[in-house]
Amino acid sequence: MKILTCPLNGPRNISEFVYGGQVKRMPDTATASDREWAAYVFYEETNIGVVLEWWLHSPSSYWFIAERHNATDEIIRTFPADELFTQRVDFSSPEAPL
Amino acid sequence: MPLGLLKYGFKRDYPFEAEADIPAPSDLKPHYDVVIIGGGGHGVATAYYLAKYHGITNVAVLDKGYLGGGNTARNTAVIRSNYLTPEGVKFYSASVKLYENLSNEFDFNIMYSQRGQLTLAHTDATVRAFRQRAEVNKHFGGRTELISPDDIAKLVPMLNLNPANLPVLAGLWHKDGATARHDAVAWGYARGATQRGAQLHQLTEVTGIITEGSRVTGVKTNRGSIGAGAVIQAVAGHSALLAEKAGFRLPLVAYPLQAMVTLPVKPFLTPLVSSSALHCYVQQTSRGEIVIGGGSDPYPLYNSRATLPLKESLISSAVEMFPFLSEMRLLRQWAGITDMTSDYSPIMGLSPLDNYYLDAGWGTWGFKATPICGKTMAELVASGGKVPELIQPFELDRFNRFEQVNEMGATAASH
Repeated sequence: MKILTCPLNGPRNISEFVYGGQVKRMPDTATASDREWAAYVFYEETNIGVVLEWWLHSPSSYWFIAERHNATDEIIRTFPADELFTQRVDFSSPEAPL
Repeated sequence: MPLGLLKYGFKRDYPFEAEADIPAPSDLKPHYDVVIIGGGGHGVATAYYLAKYHGITNVAVLDKGYLGGGNTARNTAVIRSNYLTPEGVKFYSASVKLYENLSNEFDFNIMYSQRGQLTLAHTDATVRAFRQRAEVNKHFGGRTELISPDDIAKLVPMLNLNPANLPVLAGLWHKDGATARHDAVAWGYARGATQRGAQLHQLTEVTGIITEGSRVTGVKTNRGSIGAGAVIQAVAGHSALLAEKAGFRLPLVAYPLQAMVTLPVKPFLTPLVSSSALHCYVQQTSRGEIVIGGGSDPYPLYNSRATLPLKESLISSAVEMFPFLSEMRLLRQWAGITDMTSDYSPIMGLSPLDNYYLDAGWGTWGFKATPICGKTMAELVASGGKVPELIQPFELDRFNRFEQVNEMGATAASH
């Protein structure tokens, strides 16, 4: 079994983890156009190389980030999400018209 | 040794060249009206229909490997049209109709075998979804009905009706379900296309797309650059990588899809049987091997390596369905790279470049679409970019408008 190292639980079988998509920068929800939002939702890095991904350790419900090569399947590094997300994301949106 | 054979040994030319299915390799011409990247079923089918219906024969099909050596050879050769969305059912039904007559049309046996496909429902929710699929199918001329466990037992006597303690409640019985020899489909199309004047260039890898403004003028290959009036990309799992070379991105994620076959045994299984809950399908080929397949891998990868966990889960499901399979030995396994879209429908039609056309996003549903795909792509290219009605719902721009075609009848959609 392939091993993935969880920053919280240490090395575990990869079957304990769930893939959660690439880490992407979310556009401002208040100002993003439909096209920008579609690009954020549907498009990922598709070239061969090292990608940043969300992974979930399912038994402990712990989300973290992994650097993985998308062709060799080599996992280069795993780290807690707060290395990248240093402050709370504010989901402000304009008042809905009544 | 017969003397005749010895005589040929001393001749310079291969005496049967004129009768060969595929002509011997030739030099690349400096310019083609249409360059098709990808010599799989879709690519050669497009070349075939361009020549047959539109008289366009100055066509090159380029493949970095060999004819039908990618996902055309790696799928499990299932042909069906029992999808869920009207757009999908119309499209795949047209494909089934073309498949039915393909051996006659080619005068080349594609070993088309319409043996029916049975999908098992293990929950009430699935039964409801199947009822909807049956009605949508019937509406668009397909032969699909909901059948009871008693009927299933008659149809597939060897099937365990309580696999993994998930009792079979009903089955979606699709009489149009079929299988065909996938290599023969590619060879039949390639033979028909090359006989009409198209050229197939194997071991010819496209390394770049030459553009002028928003138009494509040619492609760079490992054998030199060639000019092109129009370019079609039909490269399955590598679609997104090729699109990057053309300067745009596709909303695709590449997942490996693994499958395997057992040693051959006497015929015992006529229909193709799949289980919606066990994520597994089982069928017997005309050679007697049992094909076992299922959904894609759990995470994306551009690599066709084998993993034991996926094999274990597929085999345990197959053994639950047909317990005696536990006595059988595996003969071989393989994987292909599937280019998955988020709505399980393909991406066909126009691209951000004017004369560059897309045939991508074929995930786990590409082989069954080969004929209709070739036909509609040929129409699209021959008309200079007028998108045929049948493939309009599958255009790339649907993602920008949030108008996806949610095809939950796809093999991998239950994952």
